[in-house]
Amino acid sequence: MFFLSLPAHAEKINIAAAADLKFALDEIIAAFPLNPSADKVVVTYGSSGKFFTQIQQGAPFDLYFSADIALPRMLAKNGFAASDVTPYAVGRLVLWSPHLDATKMTLTSLADPKITRIAIANPQHAPYGQRAEEALRAAGVWRQIVPKLVYGENIAQTAQFAQTGNAQVGLIALSLALSPPLAKQGSYWLIPDTLHQPLEQGFIITRRAANNALARRFADYLRTPAACAVLVRYGFALPGEAVVK
Amino acid sequence: MFLTPGDLEALWLTVRLAACVTLILLVLGTPIAWWLARSEGWWKGPITAVVALPLVLPPSVLGFYLLLAMGPQGVVGQFTQALGITALPFTFWGLVVASVFYSLPFMVQPLQAAFESLGERPLEVAATLRASPLDAFFSVAVPLARPGFITAMVLTFAHTVGEFGVVLMIGGNLPGITRVASVQIYDHVEALDYLQAHRLSAVMLLFSFFVLLALYAKRRPRKMKGVT
Repeated sequence: MFFLSLPAHAEKINIAAAADLKFALDEIIAAFPLNPSADKVVVTYGSSGKFFTQIQQGAPFDLYFSADIALPRMLAKNGFAASDVTPYAVGRLVLWSPHLDATKMTLTSLADPKITRIAIANPQHAPYGQRAEEALRAAGVWRQIVPKLVYGENIAQTAQFAQTGNAQVGLIALSLALSPPLAKQGSYWLIPDTLHQPLEQGFIITRRAANNALARRFADYLRTPAACAVLVRYGFALPGEAVVK
Repeated sequence: MFLTPGDLEALWLTVRLAACVTLILLVLGTPIAWWLARSEGWWKGPITAVVALPLVLPPSVLGFYLLLAMGPQGVVGQFTQALGITALPFTFWGLVVASVFYSLPFMVQPLQAAFESLGERPLEVAATLRASPLDAFFSVAVPLARPGFITAMVLTFAHTVGEFGVVLMIGGNLPGITRVASVQIYDHVEALDYLQAHRLSAVMLLFSFFVLLALYAKRRPRKMKGVT
């Protein structure tokens, strides 16, 4: 009965977002001004590659936030976007450990025989995994540590492998290392972004949301200082700044 | 080539995993099924329910518990480390342990049904011929329950081949160690390599169909004979 009484302009958006946005985007959505009785924002976190496939197959997502801007670009090229591909953040990779003091480590520390398991996201398809592989190769330790690697399906699962102690170290997103559950448990070392290609992230409004005003409003909201502040607090560089770096 | 070396490795790993799990469950599941088929106690209900749990439990529940339990801080993890074995997640034997839980009902239930359908009579006869209970079991019950054994083993093997959620949660996606065929397909899809995903999926589809076809084709004439 309640639902029937909703005003006609009530709108809902479904967001598909890369797993590294889990905590930051939750905060942004919580602060996003909307009419709580009418509008609704629903978000699903997962791997960028999976959402890419799902959107191509008609999944009901109105906005798509990808950890690799190449994927929304491809969707836009194939006519699945109702907006420009908008860069929203540049991610950073960290070495995170629940028990070891990661602040005193570098990538070469990973060759230490005491470290037997290192979690990275799957480099076959996860953007953070690809960057992790690049960084490990650039540091000259890739060959030595390959036997110790375990692969997370996305960056959140990679963090979870390390958080549960099943891997002593994880190469994860800074945004996750700064999230409340991980920040209070472990320590991290920021991997220099000169060791890998930038983790340039981008979003689109999908074709199905072309006439969804709430989707437009949410996209605009991301440019506000309030939303940007949250992204910065979770360790993301804003697209403009990244160029300067 | 139709399948990549990675696909073949994943298939071979899947076969090894399913074979190990089937053999282990044959040894573990047979006494459980025998006991369930012949006991009348009040605990039969709870044990039957526990055995059947994996049929209804989401694989993520099993994966979550196993990841924590088998990890370095978990109960099982502490135990295996005390034995000098590395923690089980991300290992082949970790997958074996997980699959033994996951496929348990597929071994126990058909066996239990087969044992129950034997009735008391054949074993009573064996006892009057002075066969020991163990002797009676192996020389009377097992041959009579042969169709049940075949069904149980085929279903256990096939169900382990079809495992995905638990493996994804505790496997760590290691080529040749935990990257089974179902995960390999998932990776192909994620990497947008639909061609390879199609090929390996087709192999799995045909395999599953023929396993079940063989199972049911074998079963039908038997049943008809019983009816006439």
